[in-house]
Amino acid sequence: MANVTINGIKITVPDDATILQAAEAAGVKVPTLCYHPDQAIKANCRICVCEVEGLALLQAACSTPVWDGMVVKTNSPAVLEARKTILELILAHHPQDCLNCIRNQNCELQALAEAYQIRENPFEQMTRGLPKDKSTPSLVRDPDKCVLCRRCEYTCSQIQTVNALGMENRSYHAMVVPSLGKDLLESPCIMCGQCIHACPVGAIHENEQIDEFLAAVADPEKIVVTQMAPAVRLAIGEEVGLATGAMDMHVLVGALKQIGFDYVLHTNFTADLTIMEEGNELLKRVKEGGKLPMFTSCSPGWINFCETYYPDLLDHLSTCKSPQQMFGALVKTYWAEKMQVDPAKIYSVSIMPCTAKKFEASRPEMNDSGYRDVDLVLTTRELGRLFRMAGLDFSKVAPGSFDSWMGAYTGAAVIFGATGGVMEAALRTVYEVVTGKTLEDVNFTFARGMEGIKEAEIDLNGLKVKVAIAHGMGNARKLMDQVRAGASPYHFIEIMGCPGGCIGGGGQPITKSNVKREERIKAIYAEDAGLPLRKSHENPEVQQLYREFLHEPLGHKSHELLHTHYTPKNKRYL
Amino acid sequence: MAEEFRIVLRNMGKIDPMKIDDYINAGGYKALEKARSMSQMEVIEEIKKSGLRGRGGAGFNTGQKWLFAQRMEAKEKYVVCNADEGEPGTYKDRVIMENDPHSILEGMAICGHAIGAGKGFIYCRGEYPSLAETLKNAITQAKEKGVLGDFDIEVRLGAGAYVCGEETALIESLEGHRGEPRYRPPYPPVSGLWEKPTIVNNVETFANIAPIIEKGSAWFGSIGAANFPGTKVLTLTGDVKNKTFIEVPTDTTVRDVIFKFGQGMARDKKFKAVQIGGTSGGFIPESLLDTPIDFDSMRKAGATLGSGAVFVLDEDRDIVDVVTRIAKFFEHESCGKCAPCREGTMRTRRIMEKINSGRGSKEDVALLERLGRVMAGACLCGLGQAAPTPVITTINNFGIDYNAKLQ
Repeated sequence: MANVTINGIKITVPDDATILQAAEAAGVKVPTLCYHPDQAIKANCRICVCEVEGLALLQAACSTPVWDGMVVKTNSPAVLEARKTILELILAHHPQDCLNCIRNQNCELQALAEAYQIRENPFEQMTRGLPKDKSTPSLVRDPDKCVLCRRCEYTCSQIQTVNALGMENRSYHAMVVPSLGKDLLESPCIMCGQCIHACPVGAIHENEQIDEFLAAVADPEKIVVTQMAPAVRLAIGEEVGLATGAMDMHVLVGALKQIGFDYVLHTNFTADLTIMEEGNELLKRVKEGGKLPMFTSCSPGWINFCETYYPDLLDHLSTCKSPQQMFGALVKTYWAEKMQVDPAKIYSVSIMPCTAKKFEASRPEMNDSGYRDVDLVLTTRELGRLFRMAGLDFSKVAPGSFDSWMGAYTGAAVIFGATGGVMEAALRTVYEVVTGKTLEDVNFTFARGMEGIKEAEIDLNGLKVKVAIAHGMGNARKLMDQVRAGASPYHFIEIMGCPGGCIGGGGQPITKSNVKREERIKAIYAEDAGLPLRKSHENPEVQQLYREFLHEPLGHKSHELLHTHYTPKNKRYL
Repeated sequence: MAEEFRIVLRNMGKIDPMKIDDYINAGGYKALEKARSMSQMEVIEEIKKSGLRGRGGAGFNTGQKWLFAQRMEAKEKYVVCNADEGEPGTYKDRVIMENDPHSILEGMAICGHAIGAGKGFIYCRGEYPSLAETLKNAITQAKEKGVLGDFDIEVRLGAGAYVCGEETALIESLEGHRGEPRYRPPYPPVSGLWEKPTIVNNVETFANIAPIIEKGSAWFGSIGAANFPGTKVLTLTGDVKNKTFIEVPTDTTVRDVIFKFGQGMARDKKFKAVQIGGTSGGFIPESLLDTPIDFDSMRKAGATLGSGAVFVLDEDRDIVDVVTRIAKFFEHESCGKCAPCREGTMRTRRIMEKINSGRGSKEDVALLERLGRVMAGACLCGLGQAAPTPVITTINNFGIDYNAKLQ
């Protein structure tokens, strides 16, 4: 242990602590910009510099380890001068359009500027004057706003191993750019949007489509129907001043009706349906010697990753569409029929924790209903803005109920939102299908939590099934390389594109660390535990759907509407 | 008349650098043999006792540095020779490598023995392709002769970035990454190339090793300034009559360097200033000319020894204009990684241009001083920390020149 004095406060910290950690322990907040708790230290913004007795140079608190007897000043005149000057330098090269910025009031640079009272900047205002990159349906890059903290680069290359973002040029011409200086669409970007959470400012954000939604609501001809992913409810409260998980589901339904949705349905319905299709697909592959291991296919970022980096393994992917796209295909066929409405008038909006879903909905193959299956995808953050714009007071919003035919769901669907959830949901159903017995304890706890790769062997009446779960593409890559090498011991692998699964998706409220992801995961399992039905095959509306429309899992109609195919992305430079 | 004293240039003009036999006949590789009969600690102690300090610019005790790497338990360690001589006005490493490549190899191999490294890299400046050939030829011959034993050396060419002379940026570049410095600690002797203990020493430092082992630390310690013993190779440029390179004991004064070895001012103009240590060095006025060139004396005078470049300006030179050009150099060479250097070098250049064109004010000079303080204290690496030195030293020593250009 090392005894350290921070601003006169004596504190004992572990020998390998940094000044930043020691200061935190002493209750002193040292400002940071490039620092991110889930990433390696970069020490490039130099905002956190402090004075250390005996050293001539200022030391970056994030990277400098303490020593026994170290005396640190985090707010000396020299430190304040340096910090303020560095902030002025960064700000003078950053657009001064906070009011118009998507990250207004949720920006680390803005908060620093406020805390350090940057009023009149002595440095002449300049911006790079670069155009926004709007090449993908999911993300918008605004290179003018980039402060070169390199957090997105780290996330993209080290956590997601996508390597879509890297550095180009040097000196003040240095820029974070998509690979080879191309636009994002041409880069290997999988549109997972994890870079958005990493970004301290508004240099990369979702492709905001609120206006398209408002136009649809304003059109009297349109029947605006929504589906909502399970991870949305947990996190949407964070956008409107409630705690994680605190938003009541029925209040949320009431609020969605208030902002203009004609019908509120649930992606959970098709999550349960996915289990029926995917579970049976797995059993079919196991029994008939199909391609194994089978990978889940709910996560569109993961699909993009597989198509980009593992095009040779695409036949391992389940052919099941994601719950969003199953919903889209059914709402304009089955639901339209049930409701006796013209499917051409249905405007199908999904609310997703995900940016890659915007891309997925735009895939040319996703129009099996005869129309574009999902017309618009809004992220959780966009929904938050709609709620704030509508001026809703959530303590007074009247609860509402899901509309019929595609609104019922089980706990198995709810946990789709967390890493391991699809696996757990699948096992709950597959167990009963294979063994014919009732599964007494539905909790497969091995599947839960933030560990990068989880695995287990499940005994289904003598049929031993080896399964694995990965979240975040860096973890997925390890399992994929094993498959490619012919050394994978698994039958079934769940992969989610984002760390933590959908609860950490690129469209969720800005997520500053994995601590928040864990909080959301906790909330999701609490919701599951409180539901009367927790097995997908017990969903009454799903049972009704099979009776009246699909007839059987993997049947003709299912094949037509609920299954898809994948296309290798030929990125020649990879 | 002060005289040159040649340690690192001992073989210059006496041997054919392309022939290993010439080097061996001149006593080459005897020190390596001797070092290999000594224990690691004996070698390190000898180097430490000699007082040899790094000749790349930072002036750290070489033996002490080696000791840090020697102490580390690691299966692999590396010896890296920093031959990325990018400091404008400096060509001392070129002269050494051109004339005596084996002296570098021998010094590296001794270091390899001392710290327990089996592999060395010479990171050669990209603009020196012919030197890379000279070095490769020397390595091939040394391998054929077997003098290096199992110590392997590879030559790698840089790609032209000034910052890659900074040891951690050099390491990043060697690893195949963008040439950007790393934060420290950990220092390279603890975690360097591929996170293994690594000694990065300058060409001139390595060239000093064999003579120290051969003749002993006491001999070396008696040469030049007590706290920075030995010699320094200097390259004279600018308004001196004799634009040349010299190797002199470290207690030689700046005045002797310019007026004796440099034979005084060109065209018999009056002396105005000298910048020592390369582009990031300080500008010294006449009043400080009697300062010895050793590291500590120079630092006390508010200047730097640095790479040993000596850039002399006469009375006709516009010092604000010169510094403006230097500011442009740093703006161009900043790697862009850390905010104060990336933004600060650009702002310094802009403000310098404003002042140089007669549009500047007292506030601009004060802003330069503030930028200088902040960059010197807060930048990630030596490039950004030293970039303000020419600005600040000229404001301090030649403020009158600035005032003359202010609005």
